[in-house]
Amino acid sequence: MATIIEMPKLSDTMTEGTLVRWLKNPGDEIEVGQEIAEIETDKATMSMEAFDDGILHEIYVQAGEKAPLGGKLALLLEEGEEPPAPGTEVSSGSTPTTAAEDTAAQDPATAPAAVPLPVPVADGARVKASPLARKIAAERGVNLAQIQGTGPGGRIVKRDVENAPVGGGASPGAAAPASAVAAIRPTSGANDERIPLTGMRTIIAERLLASKTQIPHFYLNIDVDAAPLLAFRKQINQAAEKSDNANKYTINDFILKAVVQSAVAVPDVNASFDVDAIVRFASVNVSVAVAVDEGLVTPVIRDAQDKSLLEISQSVKDLATRARAKKLAPEEFAGGTLTVSNLGSYGIDSFDAIINPPQAFIIAISSIRKTPVVDANDQIVIGQRMAIGMSCDHRVIDGAVGAQYLAELRRLIESPALMLL
Amino acid sequence: MAYDLIVIGGGPAGYVGAIRAAQLGKKVACVEMDRAGGTCLNWGCIPTKSLLKNAEIYHLLKHQADQFGLKVEGLSYDWDKVIGRSRSVSDRLAGGIEFLFKKNGVDYIRGEGTLEGPGKVAVTDASGAKTVHETKDILVATGCVSRPFPDFPFNGKTVLGSKEAMVLAEQPKEMVIIGAGAIGIEFAYFFNAFGTKVTVVEMMPHILPVEDDEVSVALEKSFKKQGINILTNTKVTGTKNTGSGVEITVEGKETQVLKADAVLIAIGVAPVLPDGMELKTDRGYLVTDDRYQTSAKGIYAVGDIIGPPWLAHVASWEAIQCVEGLYAGGTPKKVEVFPGCTYCHPQVASVGLTEEAAREQGLAYKVGKFPFQASGKAQAVGDSEGFVKLLFGEKHGEVLGAHIIGPDATEMIAELGLAITLEATKDDLEATIHAHPTLAEAVHEATGQAYGHAIHIPN
Repeated sequence: MATIIEMPKLSDTMTEGTLVRWLKNPGDEIEVGQEIAEIETDKATMSMEAFDDGILHEIYVQAGEKAPLGGKLALLLEEGEEPPAPGTEVSSGSTPTTAAEDTAAQDPATAPAAVPLPVPVADGARVKASPLARKIAAERGVNLAQIQGTGPGGRIVKRDVENAPVGGGASPGAAAPASAVAAIRPTSGANDERIPLTGMRTIIAERLLASKTQIPHFYLNIDVDAAPLLAFRKQINQAAEKSDNANKYTINDFILKAVVQSAVAVPDVNASFDVDAIVRFASVNVSVAVAVDEGLVTPVIRDAQDKSLLEISQSVKDLATRARAKKLAPEEFAGGTLTVSNLGSYGIDSFDAIINPPQAFIIAISSIRKTPVVDANDQIVIGQRMAIGMSCDHRVIDGAVGAQYLAELRRLIESPALMLL
Repeated sequence: MAYDLIVIGGGPAGYVGAIRAAQLGKKVACVEMDRAGGTCLNWGCIPTKSLLKNAEIYHLLKHQADQFGLKVEGLSYDWDKVIGRSRSVSDRLAGGIEFLFKKNGVDYIRGEGTLEGPGKVAVTDASGAKTVHETKDILVATGCVSRPFPDFPFNGKTVLGSKEAMVLAEQPKEMVIIGAGAIGIEFAYFFNAFGTKVTVVEMMPHILPVEDDEVSVALEKSFKKQGINILTNTKVTGTKNTGSGVEITVEGKETQVLKADAVLIAIGVAPVLPDGMELKTDRGYLVTDDRYQTSAKGIYAVGDIIGPPWLAHVASWEAIQCVEGLYAGGTPKKVEVFPGCTYCHPQVASVGLTEEAAREQGLAYKVGKFPFQASGKAQAVGDSEGFVKLLFGEKHGEVLGAHIIGPDATEMIAELGLAITLEATKDDLEATIHAHPTLAEAVHEATGQAYGHAIHIPN
């Protein structure tokens, strides 16, 4: 039977993909599991595997072209089969699943906000929306139930969907409809440059706007003594240098280890808000913010609670390298339960970060700076200090819980040997 | 007694605005210096459609009677009655509007309205007597008149505007029409159908320059077949009134002098500003803000007087937007998508973007086309010239533009206007059952053709 090969969903936030190149030509025989094309998503370039046997009959989307999610890429025929007449309905093959999708499907808490929702119907009420608005909403993951229409009779039209935040946070009907706010647009002149949004920039904009408008943030800040950590790191790196293939540890490796261990000690923070419940996660999966050419990605170190300092250090190096090369698989972005953003190497004294939804908090690490401090003997001496910011979702984390978490984090950073226990 | 609203002008903008305001419970007056209904009803849309119907019937009997098996001997016409019928249609409808005013409690004030000052409208009647009326708001809907050719004034006999052309006492034997917009084209069809030798002169590369190029080219072919002489890419460089006729010098492929009994100037319109207060204008037209307010507080303007597209249906729509914005709350909308119709034969109608505009805007689009030649209904009624051409957004299949040339095109375009307003996509057009046999099936088939599903033509 003739089968249409469709653009698969290769990442949670993907709405379209670019066909980088075909690995098979029309006429080629294809077996299940064979790599047939390379697809670039908003996050990475990856290979698409065949999910049916057959002969590649016709290619609809050529190398370099884009196609929306579910868009027809090619036609697969059985051996000896005649191509169907134009206009005949051809079924699409089962969409290939990825590990990321499986996780997202089984565990609502790990589903990021940008998963496209079906056109929602709030409490059985009909949502008035134009067919075009419905198509765009489904494609962009916009929740129509939470949009105020500006078309005839309050109908939701294209421009309403385009101005709406992605996801809509809660599931359909749960939250009060938020009115769509028209975008505030800059005026630009002939000398100003207009840079079209990349897929990544669009996702960053949508996710962070959704976070800042839907999550009630509050912020906690501490200044920790970084001198013991600097000394500890020096000692470990010096010891490591003497062996072959030694790993060089960064300050960030220790911080990640401390962040993870603190989350194990204060499990209330390793959680997420899910409409009518709070989901507390069994694993600590750390999203690490990595700056890349086009913006920012947040690959995940999974099950970090079971990883040694060395394993964490190696994971981060590997993820960061592959993120910059756009070689990360989609599942490597999925399922983070907390995020660490470290601007220490940029000389930042202190900052607060925006929560990476649907997580409940994010840790902001600043640079270690020399500063006068009062020591145990009431003497003013030169100390090493590092500012740590914690942005919390108040629906999940109350002030006292956040404070408890930061106290544990301070204890580990100021007595780093405890991390290795 | 003070009014809530005085509307200056009783055309399709003014009378509609006045009636809508009255429906919303306001005390309203409408000032009109000629006759209720304005240009549209008295000197435009309506009487010309009446004339064009005469032309169509005559043309059909003359050229297609045999095809229909009809024997017509001694076919002729009475020019006075042809003109007379169009006048009586206008009379009847103008009377209808006065009746609507009465029914809705709108005071109908005959005379010329001037903007005396904020909240004050002076009306000078036929006898020269001036009365000043007080009002909270003023709506200016004074419209436009035909624009004359520079240094070549209208004289009602040899140099004509559209108003004069529709009441000519004698049919000209030869006529030159300058301008191939809707007005020029409709008169070209009308006079040619009754046997006048017509030459149309247009500066742009195609007749009906605002329409999709493919449509303009198709109409040009049809007109040439009907015997109309068409000079595109041609400029008028000289005009001369010889008393008994005109001599028009044109420069196109070649320079030539066109001699004719009369010339119709159809190069556009000129605004008719009310006297009195000076309001801010741009190229002669009143400048309005998002709520249709002019530069003076409390003075609003709608219709032709605020600039293109100079269409009756747009004027009425603007009047309702403005008045509802004033008295029913909400934010008025400004015109974005509107249909345009030309009632020659074959008819031309369009809504939304032309293919040229879509290309210029860099949009990714798909085109679907269906010729009436392949329509059962068109064949049955013996009128199978033309086609339906639809433009769809490539990504989502929304209707970007629709262009119809052919029988009843002007009636068929409404479906596509609705499709654009409702943001319908090709799926909705395809999912809608179009009655058989109708001309509208061509819309369904043109949609299918864009996506390789048309049944009656190759895809």
